[in-house]
Amino acid sequence: MGLVFLGIAALIWFAFVRRIDPEMTTTMRLYPGGSKVVVEDWQFNTLGALQILAFACAALGAYQLARGFGKRTGLVLSMIGGMFVFAFLSWAASGGMLNLAGMLRIMFVRSVPLTLGALSGILCERSGVVNIAIEGMMLTAAMIGTIVGSVSNLWVGLLSAVIAGGLLGLFHAILAIKYRTDQIISGTVINIFAVGITSFISAKFMQPYPQINDPGVFSPYEIPFLGQIPFLGPVLFRHNIFVYAMIFFVALLTFMLFKTRWGLRLRSVGEHPKAADTLGIDVFKTRYMAVILGGMMAGFAGAYFTLGSVGRFDQVMTAGRGFIALAAMIFGNWTPVGAMIAGLLFGFSDSLAASLAVLRVKIPSEFLLMTPYVITMLVLAGVVGRGQMPAADGTPYDKE
Amino acid sequence: MTNAEGTTKKAGKSAVGIFFEEVSRSSLIVPVLAIFSGLLLGGVIVGLSSENVYTMWAVSPIQAIGNGLKAAWESYVTLFSGAFGSPAKMIAAIQGGDGLEIRRAFNPIFESLVKSTPYIFGGLAVALGFRSGLFNIGVEGQIFMGGIFSVWVGYTFTGLPAIIHLPLAFLAGALGGALWGFIPGLLKAKTGGHEVINTIMMNYIAFRLTDWLLREPMKRPGSTNPISPIIEDSARLPQFFQDPIRFHLGFFIALAVAALVYWFLFKTKWGFDLRTVGANPRAARYAGMNIVKSTIVAMSLSGALAGMAGANELLGVNHHLSQTFSPGYGFDSIALALLGRNHPLGVVLSALLFGTLRNGAMRMQAAAGIPIDIISVMQALILAFIAAPAIVRTIYRLKEPKKAEAGVHVRGWGGS
Repeated sequence: MGLVFLGIAALIWFAFVRRIDPEMTTTMRLYPGGSKVVVEDWQFNTLGALQILAFACAALGAYQLARGFGKRTGLVLSMIGGMFVFAFLSWAASGGMLNLAGMLRIMFVRSVPLTLGALSGILCERSGVVNIAIEGMMLTAAMIGTIVGSVSNLWVGLLSAVIAGGLLGLFHAILAIKYRTDQIISGTVINIFAVGITSFISAKFMQPYPQINDPGVFSPYEIPFLGQIPFLGPVLFRHNIFVYAMIFFVALLTFMLFKTRWGLRLRSVGEHPKAADTLGIDVFKTRYMAVILGGMMAGFAGAYFTLGSVGRFDQVMTAGRGFIALAAMIFGNWTPVGAMIAGLLFGFSDSLAASLAVLRVKIPSEFLLMTPYVITMLVLAGVVGRGQMPAADGTPYDKE
Repeated sequence: MTNAEGTTKKAGKSAVGIFFEEVSRSSLIVPVLAIFSGLLLGGVIVGLSSENVYTMWAVSPIQAIGNGLKAAWESYVTLFSGAFGSPAKMIAAIQGGDGLEIRRAFNPIFESLVKSTPYIFGGLAVALGFRSGLFNIGVEGQIFMGGIFSVWVGYTFTGLPAIIHLPLAFLAGALGGALWGFIPGLLKAKTGGHEVINTIMMNYIAFRLTDWLLREPMKRPGSTNPISPIIEDSARLPQFFQDPIRFHLGFFIALAVAALVYWFLFKTKWGFDLRTVGANPRAARYAGMNIVKSTIVAMSLSGALAGMAGANELLGVNHHLSQTFSPGYGFDSIALALLGRNHPLGVVLSALLFGTLRNGAMRMQAAAGIPIDIISVMQALILAFIAAPAIVRTIYRLKEPKKAEAGVHVRGWGGS
């Protein structure tokens, strides 16, 4: 591992430091556009900063080789990763300006569908039902929310998106629990169906009648006092309801899963359904409830795409976010907090692509758009098998 | 149904009754009814989405329902005449004796075969994956990689004789797809990263890669559109008729490859190993089979078959790469492979069905304004009925099958 750290140090040195003009400076803007809380820009000499970062990585690497960090290796690794990303950004923004606060703000926004999607996955899989239909549920809910939101108001639109997700959850549950279909196949059924029906309705109705594709967007709400904190205020406390809801649901689900009888029952059904059954827990009922709730959560996540973000439905607009959410769930070890951390990581890679595109780095934009997908694969490769998957995940229960 | 005829002497039952009972227990009845139900529900959606239903509703609900039924019926008539051609036109064209008119009259049926060809390759790719216990949702991306590789070979090398250039371009396509299957296969085998997520990620990477290639290195010189140069004549799959019939050699290559896949899966030791690992990885491990190798080989072969679908489309039909050359063949192939019970013969038959449906639906989109996405809905419904045979058996009150119906099983997140 120490060699990896040294390798990163060398990478910073050779890839960035040696190709930079000593006079260059990097400017980091610490307030997002449109914010009233103005903080002075943070300007520093690019070369100096990169040298410090390279030396820091090298020093940590040397320590790891000589003594070893033991249990803290993971923490140090993430520090090194953070330093590498920062070095890369400083290098990319040298001679220009990077809006750091804006980037972090976007990170939170982009992590919403991923985290909420992962929560949907957690609800289903903790009860023992694999849900790869998050993508399809989000896509359908995004469309339903848009149509209903356009003819009534945003809140009714949001509600109907949640109901649409719940109905698809019910469908998944019937296939997976009652008919004991392979759960990955029944999820795929929903995904294919969702792409087909949303594209069909979009082409047949939403294009000829644009008035049903104009629900508007939930406007940001600034939390009093907290929103005034420099830097953190605009980054954390000036969002629309989706970001706050994400934090609320993460907290709620953590409490419900791990501190209540309801959560214990749900988890026992996912770990050892037969034992749960002998103790008088209704396995089927519990699973139905979990999958329907999971569908509703995915529906809420889907509403983000239209009602919380662009205010318009486009064909296949979820673009694989449902599957990245699944990776976030696995990366987060089937816990809500872990899922949110993973969601933020993926959200960061998303916002990285967006801000690098603004900086006109000499990397083609298509490659930047690939980053979330590549990072998902790398993360999956690194963590799978080490996590604690619910033991009965994916196996239909057969009462004998 | 020879079996049914042989047992007509059973006491107390009429021949017809026994015939129905045998049919009802047969393993073919579920796919047939699944297709029927999928088409039926698709018709309901078409009917419900017709404006005439809603404008009439206030006046007369019965008339409105009639309008809906009429819309659905007319759509299906358009679909099937679009897929098979109209007999009246064929007769008139033959009587007229004009070559072009005859070709035009028979074009729909050949076009259905043209549309079926990528489905055969794609369906075989998914089926080979399922047989090995792997769910390859990445066929679409592998089709794109196959297309990229084969088109590049197709326009870069000039002056080669067709006998060398064409196979070279086609195999390059297979190689491109194999590469895109190999990566998730390797990740699955070595790290346990689930192929369902990884192949989907690989799809998006392939789409973005295509966008970039068509914007920069592979862009046709002098063109403002994101399309590649046209391939050399020597790399084209030969067409059998003059315009407008596009029917080409690829169809027969697909049939040959299907036969090859059958031979590989069911007649060779390698195929046996793959199927054993797919059916029961634990038993395979105890038997000393190399699961790592089997997973990588299966994903690469599956990708190669998908890559052939891309090569087939570009060398046989489009002759240049564009962002839209595959209208989702890879995703449709999943339903198709399951409909064909993951058997090469079943895949060929379902591919003919799906190709016909797609060709007809394109005609329906043009003539009746029904978006072509309706066939994805039908496919999802068919897939649901196939995956849960119990639903079909309940709806149509069929008898239980004599032996348990082989379900499809995919390995979960945990690795093996």
